[in-house]
Amino acid sequence: MKNIPISALIGLFFTALYFLGAIFAPLLAPYGVGEVVGDVWEPSSADYLLGTDNIGRDLLSRMIYGGRTTIFIATAATVLSFTLGSVLGFFAAVMGGWIDQALSRFVDLVMSIPTLIFALVVLSVAPVTIPMLILVMGLLDATRVYRLARAVAVDIEVMDYVEAARLRGEKTAWIIFREILPNALSPLIAEMGLRFIFAVLFVSTLSFLGLGVQPPEADWGGIVKENKEGIVYGIPAALIPAFAIATLAISVNLVADWVLNRTTSLKGGRG
Amino acid sequence: MSDTLLKVRDLKIGATIYPPGERPRDIEIVHGVSFDLAPGKVLGLIGESGAGKSTIGLASMAYGRGGVKITGGAVWVNGRDILKGSHKDIRKLRGAEVTYVSQSAAASFNPAKKIMDQVVEAAVEQKKFSRKEAEARARVLFAKLGLPDPDNIGERYPHQVSGGQLQRCMTALALCPEPDLVVFDEPTTALDVTTQIDVLMAIKEAIRDTGVAALYITHDLAVVAQVSDDIMVLRMGNTVEYGNVDQIINDPQEEYTKALVSVRSIEHEEKAPTEEPVLSVRNITARYKGTQFDVLHNVNVDLYPGQTLAVVGESGSGKSTLARVITGLLPPREGEIEFAGRKLSPDLKGRSREDLRELQMIYQMADVAMNPRQTVGTIIGRPLEFYFGMRGAEKKKRIIELLDEIELGEKFMDRYPAELSGGQKQRVCIARSLAAKPKMIICDEVTSALDPLVADGILKLLLDLQKIEDVAYLFITHDLATVRAISDNIAVMYQGKVQRYGGKSKVLSPPFDDYTDLLLSSVPEMKLGWLEEVIAHRKMESAGN
Repeated sequence: MKNIPISALIGLFFTALYFLGAIFAPLLAPYGVGEVVGDVWEPSSADYLLGTDNIGRDLLSRMIYGGRTTIFIATAATVLSFTLGSVLGFFAAVMGGWIDQALSRFVDLVMSIPTLIFALVVLSVAPVTIPMLILVMGLLDATRVYRLARAVAVDIEVMDYVEAARLRGEKTAWIIFREILPNALSPLIAEMGLRFIFAVLFVSTLSFLGLGVQPPEADWGGIVKENKEGIVYGIPAALIPAFAIATLAISVNLVADWVLNRTTSLKGGRG
Repeated sequence: MSDTLLKVRDLKIGATIYPPGERPRDIEIVHGVSFDLAPGKVLGLIGESGAGKSTIGLASMAYGRGGVKITGGAVWVNGRDILKGSHKDIRKLRGAEVTYVSQSAAASFNPAKKIMDQVVEAAVEQKKFSRKEAEARARVLFAKLGLPDPDNIGERYPHQVSGGQLQRCMTALALCPEPDLVVFDEPTTALDVTTQIDVLMAIKEAIRDTGVAALYITHDLAVVAQVSDDIMVLRMGNTVEYGNVDQIINDPQEEYTKALVSVRSIEHEEKAPTEEPVLSVRNITARYKGTQFDVLHNVNVDLYPGQTLAVVGESGSGKSTLARVITGLLPPREGEIEFAGRKLSPDLKGRSREDLRELQMIYQMADVAMNPRQTVGTIIGRPLEFYFGMRGAEKKKRIIELLDEIELGEKFMDRYPAELSGGQKQRVCIARSLAAKPKMIICDEVTSALDPLVADGILKLLLDLQKIEDVAYLFITHDLATVRAISDNIAVMYQGKVQRYGGKSKVLSPPFDDYTDLLLSSVPEMKLGWLEEVIAHRKMESAGN
């Protein structure tokens, strides 16, 4: 674990900070998430480090709890999309023929509808709960992962070692998880960093539009929405979650880059 | 000065390596090589892969490929030290005084441009000739190189001529600007034996007629002996031996050169067919999905237990397709396969685990036949686990036994394929197939990607293992020297048909049919003047011509 480049260290530090903040939110937050503790839009002070929001709640506490919700939803959606997308993508590549055709054309169909509009339509009909959000985001994102996983696996699938496994009589599950997956990991991890950030942005967008996390629960997109009028009066409350989203995006990608470099230069890596 | 065209003194070449988890560091890959080349002479550079022969060849054009740097020494061309030249001087040199013929003509020609445009490009660019003069010269060269329809072949695109013809077009390209020196980098290695001879002869005559000097780089000593005046044997960036061709071939001084000259010294007594064949291929006709063309026509061969059947032929003769049919990857259109006394299902899906276990396969490219993310232990252990349900200590013991059998030993268990040499990789593949305790192994060109000495070791190992494990080999190869070394029976394939089939001594002794004669006579022999004898003796044109 030595020789970690400085960029990765910075990325690791901030990513860890955000995730730890999310995990230990109840211990870290000075006030409750919905607790009104002061005046509207108070400036930062010793009591309220980041000031207060549009109805006088402590912004720092809101940010910590909001980060917890945002990161949890984004992580869960990413895990769902990767599990589903890559397994189906590998499966399609290994099976070929009509199974591949059917899956791929279905994915094309879903991808032809703009994601945000699709999500808005579904969420305006279905009950907006956190599991529902995760499910919708995960399924929509899985189409992107599917395409990548299939493209990578099609290349690996024609290698002699996969043919050797087939001739040995191995089952499809072994070929997918033992022969293809380890060799497809590098591009998938790189994609994962990106997809996680897209998920953060997506859930924030939905909340900003009012179809994401519902009040009194907090999330970063929701905090921007609540405090957006403040900008007119020079109150920076809406910019703080935006800043948090940007730094999280950059730091996660710095980590993903580093992981990618490490896995490709591992013993036995490609090239 | 006038009697030396190319003078290389104490040439040192370095490169930067990037070991995982460590800082990049510089290493030296050529350690001070010196030689001279007079006008009109040919120097053969010979050595295994990694010997530095191509690197030295390119250095004589002041070029370092892929991050390779020339770190010391001097290269004089026509009396000028080109390593001290400016960028502009080097531009004037390349494509005018020194030209280059690469190994794969197919990969070196631009597929979107006509051959003629590419052949005359350097000559016109360097203002040696006008476009018209260059084209006239190209046509003369096409004719000299024996290309069909020399007046019009330049109007074709690279994919419209065969591999052997394209290689000759590339030679024309190199000769067109009337250079003083041509660097040939393995120009015939990618060709079939029968085509190789034509190209070799064309190159030799072109060199003689144009009076150009040449550096001829190859790993095949028999080939280089036909075209060179002098030979330099290289190993790991050092000169092993440097002398004229007669001395190197007939009186080698160094151990390494002696080993190269005497390679393929394996003797194998032919065994008579015994009892029932383990594999019997009956009337197989096959074609690939979506095509209207049979690649195999009515093929019949038998393989006896503990023996070797060699399937020989050029590329496109259907020998690898036969392997795919036997393994079940390509179900045949007609015919059937009997294996170990039972009828095999034509399709892989219909075969029992026992069928799969008893019929194993070893591939040509060992690097892609092993999963780069699995250790040697996992690779060899999987068949043990899969077929015999071995676990833990029992499995480990057997893996170590197998590693000992392939002469690698226990310490290789935790290595990844990337940490093995080419020969070691192929050994691991052999161990993987032996782990299944098969009755028969299909060896698809298993030695053709290896250096001669390493390939020799693999063949010896296969023969030893055959004695111990009593396994039969179906040995697919284009290399007749290999066939002589290991086979009991031989099937010569040509255009999807079995042309000649029988015991080794019968197939390899006269009277021959025309194709077998052509194939047999095309194998380069370690003898001066062999090329001329063969050309004089030929009755049939090679297929790739």
